[in-house]
Amino acid sequence: MNAPVATGVHGFLSRFEGLRARLPGDPAPRLAAAETLRTLGLPGRRDEAWHYTNLRPVAEAEFHEPLTPLADCAALLARVPTVGTRLVFVDGRFRADLSGTPTGAEFAPFAASGTFGDLARPDRDPLTALNTMLAEDGAVITVPANTDGGTIALVSLATDTPGRPTAFHPRHRISLGAAARLTLVEIALGEGTYLHNPVSEITIADGATLTHVRLQDESLSAYHLATLYTAIAAGGTYDSFTLVLGGRLARAELHTELGGPGAIAHLNAAQLLSGVQHADITSVVRHAAPHGTSRQTVKNVLDGRSRGVFQGRIEVARHAQKTDGYQMNQALLLSPDAEIDSKPELEIFADDVKCSHGATVGELDPEQIFYLRSRGIPADEARAILVRAFLTEAIETVSHDAARHVLEQAVTDWWERQAA
Amino acid sequence: MLEIRGLAASINDKPILRGIDLTVPQGEVHAIMGPNGSGKSTLAYVLSGREGYEVTEGGATFDGQDLLAMTPEARSAAGVFLAFQYPVELPGVGNANFLRTALNAQRRARGEAELDAIQFLKLARGELRRLAMADDMLKRNVNVGFSGGEKKRNEILQMAVLRPRLAILDETDSGLDIDALKIVAEGVNALRGPDFSALVITHYQRLLDHIVPDRVHVLAGGRILRSGGPELARELEATGYADLVAEAA
Repeated sequence: MNAPVATGVHGFLSRFEGLRARLPGDPAPRLAAAETLRTLGLPGRRDEAWHYTNLRPVAEAEFHEPLTPLADCAALLARVPTVGTRLVFVDGRFRADLSGTPTGAEFAPFAASGTFGDLARPDRDPLTALNTMLAEDGAVITVPANTDGGTIALVSLATDTPGRPTAFHPRHRISLGAAARLTLVEIALGEGTYLHNPVSEITIADGATLTHVRLQDESLSAYHLATLYTAIAAGGTYDSFTLVLGGRLARAELHTELGGPGAIAHLNAAQLLSGVQHADITSVVRHAAPHGTSRQTVKNVLDGRSRGVFQGRIEVARHAQKTDGYQMNQALLLSPDAEIDSKPELEIFADDVKCSHGATVGELDPEQIFYLRSRGIPADEARAILVRAFLTEAIETVSHDAARHVLEQAVTDWWERQAA
Repeated sequence: MLEIRGLAASINDKPILRGIDLTVPQGEVHAIMGPNGSGKSTLAYVLSGREGYEVTEGGATFDGQDLLAMTPEARSAAGVFLAFQYPVELPGVGNANFLRTALNAQRRARGEAELDAIQFLKLARGELRRLAMADDMLKRNVNVGFSGGEKKRNEILQMAVLRPRLAILDETDSGLDIDALKIVAEGVNALRGPDFSALVITHYQRLLDHIVPDRVHVLAGGRILRSGGPELARELEATGYADLVAEAA
């Protein structure tokens, strides 16, 4: 009599049952992930790590398999900034016809091998378990030692089939050999309602440098739940910036381990939210070796009834002496109904370290607005200038010119959309 | 040009200005002197449109327009400029970009063509040279990390670029050494002419040695107690405000 339950974990598990014979690679990790998911369920408010972000809308939605291997996505493609060699995924599936061929870096679609990396924790993190269970495709990018991999744009487009929300779970693996370099610009765009649940496993070998710029500009009715696991070896640099503009409900969960001496991690971000958007940046930075440096400035510009969340934990292991950690979360509230939740944590077991963190919340300064207006600048323009100035400090940290321009343009476009 | 009639204003129901009558004809520079707390800065802010002041009586017109009914940006585009006593820092906003945005916003409001980056830089560099300021002043963020003197000179640079028809200088001399004071005065004097008027607000006579006013008004307790020629400033320097204020009480 009863229709089969098609929402939440049950919906995903039944999708897995229907799909598993066609999924690439070894089925063992997927079966284990399914078991974890069955046991843990989707995260709820009782889970400390999910105290501020409620996944109920995801749990209650019914998601379908993407049916659009050759969907027309010209309108979406037109919105993709021009930067680097494109690798385009539509509804989670690689589209060779829309993609270029990287030089320097090696690329293969995940679907070709189905091989998982060893950084992700599907045993512990339910969304990673969900990804592991259902991952069909993704980007496997490898830069050999002492090689410059150039600039790659990893593009995710989501197409809209009204009344039929889809879910896709891309699995990306980025590996840089010793002293290799790569600039990776990740861009996520879409239309309609969908769940984009990517997991990335990023390995940076000795002395290698990855510049990783992420532009999350999903549809305003989409769910974007990204989890990134990054391991940085001795003298390696992970220079990352996340710009969050889109999504009805979004979370970027960053697990970064400085595993070798002298590793450097920059985990900067900005979230520009309006309407009823909810976006969460949760990061765990683990200093597991001495002389590591981590820098994290997360800026939030919150309008309407939007809500921003920042949870940042810095862990310093007992032997990670001379660690230098800095974390700052700043929020600018443009409306009395906007909200920021900020939860910084330091967990330090070494005794010779320098770690600091801070948080500020404020509104635009009326003195600054008056100063600009007294020079002839209209009030709306004055406010826009001050918001841009607030963001500039964060975006300026991106040293790669083309990547920084992508972010600056995205902020300009966002501002024009708000004004329209 | 500027006509103030019976102007009374309060902050949080506390009366500060208690009926000011003042006319600054076109082409003239008038000084307003007075002790601390006399209402000098309040007058400057009311005329430039800062929020938080309630005009309870009287009004002010600029070229016959009701100045107090205009937004701050409209007053600026009409040609009113306030040099702030405490210039505001704008982290993340470049000085050149700020100035060009302001100039073009004013030009747009007046229906004039905007200046492109090259035209603007040419104009701004010319003014920098005339004011003996370093070119890097344009590259820095607005007033961020500026010394007190640099902030005041930056106000004068803005004035020079924006070319107001009425400049209100609110204690622009405070905190300046004599060299900076001379630069500020030269900046004002360079603009003097038949189309430029100024209201120079100061506590001390010192600035008025360099910007010689056409008229001097003494403001105390929210009223103008006396008006006279430049000699009034020197008289006040000798006698102080106490006698005058006591006389008026």
